[in-house]
Amino acid sequence: MVQDLSTLKETASQTAGPYVHIGLTPNFCGIGGVYEGDLGASMVNDKTLGQRITVTGRVIDGAGMPLRDALLEIWQADAAGLYNSPSELRGTADANFTGWGRSPTSDEDGVFTFETVKPGRVPFRDGRLMAPHISFWIVARGINIGLHTRMYFPDEAAANAEDPLLARIEHRHRAETLVAAGQAPNYVFDIHLQGEKETVFLDI
Amino acid sequence: MPDNQNGGRHGKPETGAFFARDRAWHPPAFAPGYKTSVLRSPQKALLSLDGTISEITGPVFGHSMLGDLDNDLIHNFASPGKSAIGERIIVHGRVLDERGRPVQGVLVEFWQANAGGRYRHKKESYLAPLDPNFGGCGRTITDEEGRYWFRTVRPGAYPWPNGVNDWRPAHIHFSVFGHGFAQRLITQMYFEGDPMIWKCPIVGTIPDRRAIEQLIAALDWGNTVPMDARAYRFDIVLRGRRSTFFENRPEGN
Repeated sequence: MVQDLSTLKETASQTAGPYVHIGLTPNFCGIGGVYEGDLGASMVNDKTLGQRITVTGRVIDGAGMPLRDALLEIWQADAAGLYNSPSELRGTADANFTGWGRSPTSDEDGVFTFETVKPGRVPFRDGRLMAPHISFWIVARGINIGLHTRMYFPDEAAANAEDPLLARIEHRHRAETLVAAGQAPNYVFDIHLQGEKETVFLDI
Repeated sequence: MPDNQNGGRHGKPETGAFFARDRAWHPPAFAPGYKTSVLRSPQKALLSLDGTISEITGPVFGHSMLGDLDNDLIHNFASPGKSAIGERIIVHGRVLDERGRPVQGVLVEFWQANAGGRYRHKKESYLAPLDPNFGGCGRTITDEEGRYWFRTVRPGAYPWPNGVNDWRPAHIHFSVFGHGFAQRLITQMYFEGDPMIWKCPIVGTIPDRRAIEQLIAALDWGNTVPMDARAYRFDIVLRGRRSTFFENRPEGN
């Protein structure tokens, strides 16, 4: 026998199911009057600092069909590279930028949309700068545990080339799955759940 | 307050990375008994990496955004003077991390079918009727001890298209934020004593019976309000945070 660590087990994940929007974006699915608006629908206001960008995309299943019942959340640094979080000890983030957004995929064409600003660079654990990126989290019916990934920018080739996370991807062509298409200010980030173009998902 | 808003013990927010996720405890992405997972499951290995500042930070939500009825599903969609139909229950518990510490000040959102097993959603086609006084969503923020509570009606079981005769046991969906984006979790709560839990293909995606039992709320007789509502207790555990023993000092200092 040894001493008991007394740790607990993380609660097991379960799928968000087909009706995740009832809980997380009720106004989007026609349940009005309970909350004023849907949380995470707006990340910026008139005073937010930085370059305004729009990120759109789809989540595509193994048969090539976009998911029309998915929900995505993003988390990112502000334009100066600071997170709006108590664990951000390097400075104070832009008070006019939440850093967090939530978007359902459209039930018509499966497109999600985030109106945000381009994030600044933030350091890796060893102090090296990571390339500008946006963290994504995807849930839906049929997804048993939320999927984490990142979006990088196509116009940051030099920064991407020295990014420590991208450098960890053994099959180099797969790193491209994390780089958005399009150009400023309209980026397109399609997420492929399976197949040749399967997005690199993170256990992080 | 014993801890600050971010769970730190000494007035300083914690910045350690999270414990690695025990992937064998969670359901695998590909679980063919749950048919929709077949084409929606990544097939390639995940890229495993210790958390960076992008994962150890996360959004904070303030109490000011909450309405008075946000944690009362019996009344938050009902017409004035009306209430939702069904068995009145109180669901409560704590959000803890794997170290057993309370996770305070985090947003908990929940959604569910009505007492007849019907969701208020345009894609829902089950025969059971909508309840005009039940919307099915609620939310709250945990207090200093990680506690949350809400009032609702016990949801009904319902059939769903998977196998020919598959039914979901009564359940409430939970979405929980931690202090870091990597703690983000969605799960489902089941009810003590429900024999249908063990027939459900979605429950069955979880390989370990103990992990399933952790999703079953206990009837909490002590907290049941006489002549009003039965109580169920459901604790939720998020990933723990590693201690930063040496990490904040460069080598040699």
